[in-house]
Amino acid sequence: MGPNGSGKSTLAQVLAGHPAYTVTAGSVRFEGQDLLDMEPEERAQAGIFLAFQYPVEIAGVTNAYFLRAAYNQIRKARGEEELDPIDFLDRLEEKLRLVDWGPEIMQRAVNSGFSGGEKKRNEILQMAVLEPKLAILDETDSGLDIDALRIVADGVNSLRRPDRATIVVTHYQRLLDYIIPDRVHVLADGRIVKSGGKELALELEAKGYEWLTGVPEIATA
Amino acid sequence: MADRSSRDRDGVIDAYAEAFARFTGNGGGHGPAELLARRREAFDRFATAGFPTSRDEEWRFTPLTPLARTEWRLDGSSAAPSPAADLLAPFQFGRPDWTTLVFVNGRFDSRLSHQPSPDAGVVVESLAGALERDPALLSRIQATPFTELNSAFARDGAFVRVSAGASLSDPIHLLFVTTAEARGAASHPRTALQVERGARAQFVESYVSLDGTGYFTNAVTDVVVGEGAWVEHSRIQRESERAYHIGYTQVEQARDSHYRSFTLAMGGAIARHDLRARLSAENVETLLYGLYLARGEQLVDNHTVIFHDQPNCRSWEVYKGILDGKSHAVFNGKVLVQPEAQKTDAKQTNRNLLLSDGAKVDTKPQLEIFADDVKCTHGATVGRLDEAAYFYLQSRGIPRAAARQLLTYAFAAEVVGEVASAPVREALDVLIRQRLGGGD
Repeated sequence: MGPNGSGKSTLAQVLAGHPAYTVTAGSVRFEGQDLLDMEPEERAQAGIFLAFQYPVEIAGVTNAYFLRAAYNQIRKARGEEELDPIDFLDRLEEKLRLVDWGPEIMQRAVNSGFSGGEKKRNEILQMAVLEPKLAILDETDSGLDIDALRIVADGVNSLRRPDRATIVVTHYQRLLDYIIPDRVHVLADGRIVKSGGKELALELEAKGYEWLTGVPEIATA
Repeated sequence: MADRSSRDRDGVIDAYAEAFARFTGNGGGHGPAELLARRREAFDRFATAGFPTSRDEEWRFTPLTPLARTEWRLDGSSAAPSPAADLLAPFQFGRPDWTTLVFVNGRFDSRLSHQPSPDAGVVVESLAGALERDPALLSRIQATPFTELNSAFARDGAFVRVSAGASLSDPIHLLFVTTAEARGAASHPRTALQVERGARAQFVESYVSLDGTGYFTNAVTDVVVGEGAWVEHSRIQRESERAYHIGYTQVEQARDSHYRSFTLAMGGAIARHDLRARLSAENVETLLYGLYLARGEQLVDNHTVIFHDQPNCRSWEVYKGILDGKSHAVFNGKVLVQPEAQKTDAKQTNRNLLLSDGAKVDTKPQLEIFADDVKCTHGATVGRLDEAAYFYLQSRGIPRAAARQLLTYAFAAEVVGEVASAPVREALDVLIRQRLGGGD
């Protein structure tokens, strides 16, 4: 958590390997590997998943084709056999139920003409199918109504296992009513300024960030 | 006409005149006297005009000098043995039970063709016979020196008539094949498609090569869409990448008719296609979709003209290009709205994707509007693949090279998706995936 401009999204993008960022200092290790040395696709194949704050529209590629291509690339990287469209569809069915969608969504072009809420749901669907070891949700809750928020939370909760981790980047405590965090870290000016349990989120909700950052926060969207 | 002296100096037209004399002497003059007279008139118009040069606005970007200077075998005297049927397998389209007329080096090949008994009210035959009955078929198109050259030398092609109210159950495939024997030869295939009042038809017209050799195809297609008729016409140009392909399609539409075309150009060293659609009555709908894929040093040129002559018509045009290597694409789309053509609704779009630094595009959308109550728009773009889309795909585990294929295919798929016939669309999809290297 953290106020606007504190570096939450930057952290998420850097972990996923966005080409616009160059890391000038420090290191990131993921399961013993130097993450910063890896291409974005290698990071994904190693088990990192970023749910985008602004998912990209890709006209002309169906959700089904895209998701199967991604799934098979990750399987291939793990030395597993690729799934044909039929087997993939079977697997998909259960994941679609998780986000409360029917199969027709898979024939639409990736995020093309999707509402804001649909795009976020699509991110959660992708996450559920790809089953990452580390999922990073970059303000996935922003702009969602309560029903969509529940769907996002269900998706995250269904993936929770001791050998998997999720970083939930959020500005507000609201999402944390549905996803109970193990740890809360507060980021300000690019640094973790405070860490605590779930109660820290409630404290932030009540008191804002000023007591941690020393800077009064200007009301934002 | 300043270039005529240089043309005479080169003796280019003289060589054509000699070839024309041989052609009319050895069977090209077959048929009624009227046919020969019409050929002669066409040849004279060609000889007077000569080949266009880069000084001609319509041919500015498409260098024809190498084509004009090459001494093609013009008279079609070198008939080739018919190739083995399995060599054609990769070029069959849709389902094997579709009517398929095969032309080898410009001549109808009945052995390779598949002609089940036609649907009621449908005539499918080679053009040679139709021309003998109706020599006027040759004179319906007088557009460019190339169409005149075609009229002078056209020996064969397809003739299809779908009578009023009739309906084709499946698309008809017209497959123009060039073999190794055609090296250095010119062919002038000619096709006439007549879909009468209230009829419904789908056509696929393919130009393919069994050999990577150099030759010259000069094709003309004449489409008549009757009142209330519905026609889908797909034109697939996959000539040898050392060949010259000059194609011309003329479409005439009567009241309440619907014509949609999909033009795929991916072959040829230099490939040019002109498509002219005349909306000559009210309430006509015309949809023109195009895709061109060029690589290496290919040049692909598409010129379209949509004539809005009458009120309450709609035209919708989308042409997209994907260019790699040092290829060059030319798009020129003209929409001409006459003063009578009120309530015209016309939209034209040309989008180009450059995959390399060496590729280039000259695009020129043109609206000429002489009516005041119309809705007309046009737009052209030239761009590269979106980095945000690359990152999105990579972040899902898809390597950059595969992401490039996927995004390139997606760019093409948008326009292929507009093909109405599902089996044609699916076959095109496979063809385009293969060409773009996208696998399944």
